[in-house]
Amino acid sequence: MIHAETTTLPQRSFGATMRTDGWWTQPLLVFLGLGTFIVYSTWAAFQGAHYFLGNYISPFYSPEFFGPSPHNWFGPKPAWWPAWLLFSPALLILWAPGGFRLTCYYYRGAYYKAFWADPPACTVGEPRKTYLGERSFPLIMQNVHRYFLYVALIFIAILATDVWKALWFADPVSGKTSFGIGVGTIVLAINVVLLGGYTFGCHSLRHLIGGFRDQLSKSTSCYRAYACVSCFNRRHMLWAWMSLFWVGFSDLYIRLCATGIWHDLRII
Amino acid sequence: MSPQKQATFRIWRGDRLGGEFRDYTAGVSEGMVVLDAVNHIQATQANDLACRWNCKAGKCGSCSAEINGLPKLMCMTRLSDLPLDQPVTVQPMKAFPAIKDLITDVSWNFRVKKNIKPFKPRSPDAPDGTWRMAQADIDRVQEFRKCIECFLCQDVCHVLRDHQKHEQFTGPRYLIYVAALEMHPLDTEDRIDELRNTQGIGYCNITKCCTKVCPESIQITDNAIIPLKERVVDRFYDPFGWIWRWMKKKSDRQSPNAVKR
Repeated sequence: MIHAETTTLPQRSFGATMRTDGWWTQPLLVFLGLGTFIVYSTWAAFQGAHYFLGNYISPFYSPEFFGPSPHNWFGPKPAWWPAWLLFSPALLILWAPGGFRLTCYYYRGAYYKAFWADPPACTVGEPRKTYLGERSFPLIMQNVHRYFLYVALIFIAILATDVWKALWFADPVSGKTSFGIGVGTIVLAINVVLLGGYTFGCHSLRHLIGGFRDQLSKSTSCYRAYACVSCFNRRHMLWAWMSLFWVGFSDLYIRLCATGIWHDLRII
Repeated sequence: MSPQKQATFRIWRGDRLGGEFRDYTAGVSEGMVVLDAVNHIQATQANDLACRWNCKAGKCGSCSAEINGLPKLMCMTRLSDLPLDQPVTVQPMKAFPAIKDLITDVSWNFRVKKNIKPFKPRSPDAPDGTWRMAQADIDRVQEFRKCIECFLCQDVCHVLRDHQKHEQFTGPRYLIYVAALEMHPLDTEDRIDELRNTQGIGYCNITKCCTKVCPESIQITDNAIIPLKERVVDRFYDPFGWIWRWMKKKSDRQSPNAVKR
């Protein structure tokens, strides 16, 4: 590469900038938003209780491979589970959506700024002089993002199935199921729509579905799919935040209903 | 008639050996941009103030500077958008060596460009030596051709600006340039190895500062850098990608008329 002379203006210290606007607002909001979500979701995942209510199940706990609820796929907590290891159905699955968001191109840029000050904001001085970027360990691992995408797409299908199940309510007396819509059904349906908007706008999906081609027009299906994903991708940040908030709220809604603090209103 | 409003401009005066900020006062009138004020100061108070400009219409990319700490074109920054109750700071781009006052030596960029593999079209599609392209295929790269080479994206990129990785990283401007070539439907050259190894695309940590400062509103990060990063992942980090490429190569070998994907 080409050598450049040192610039006249000196290296700035951490936080130093000539900017006069409130540059710290955005990283602070990201820090508070992501920080709150991480604290709440970790707490909720370790609870292992109050995550379902009849035909509703919290998205933090779905799919429930093993667990005490009627939503489980393979039965209750397995006997082989070590006694010393804390068990919660959420801990078996949350690595997937967590990994998908952790390696997401949007979140990467956001948390590098808000949590690692690399940089704190555009043209604001950084705390460290050395910089490796995403070309060596550990950040080179961010390239695994597309594999988390594959799992995230499966999760969208599972959560959509949960919405379908949330449309069928069991009569407490006869046990017979009938169609209905509760506020919880709508909460779970909005959750799938927002998570879908976020997942289907993924940069990796945009590449894999057609972006890898230089002659998109050669494949009509690829071209259309690429256009569709690009459409979601243009608002990827918005989808990311809306879905993050709503998935947390969905868990909170079911948790509060399951503990009897809130009551699910049956609309139909 | 009310007296003309005055504003203070804190302008960097110096050369590659060093310098300082000096304050100048200039009248502000409706529709003025920072370049108007700098030109006025140059004409009336500091005849030796060095400033590069040309079109005054946001198309030549000459008057790049840092205004109140943010990389901008002086000719496109209206004074009405700045808080004039405090001095407006105007300084040269930090990522490049200063020559004098607001002028920097951006020649590094042109040397970088020379190292990028040029456009290599496939054989002509028609006997008259012309090619056929679908508009849908060329739409994507036309966005990148809007670049006016103002180098504001290079200036704001912390990899160049703060970490001085000029020897390892080409910067957003040249990642757009590579994207324009690499995604071109006629191009047959392969630049993926260079992207990873010598152009240092892995240094980009997607802060999107380049996109924010682009005066042509090119979606540098989303439409150029991330798609190129994904192509690097295809080649170097995705085992499924390796299998896919191996199978593609095999099928291409069996079909002699294979065309570019």
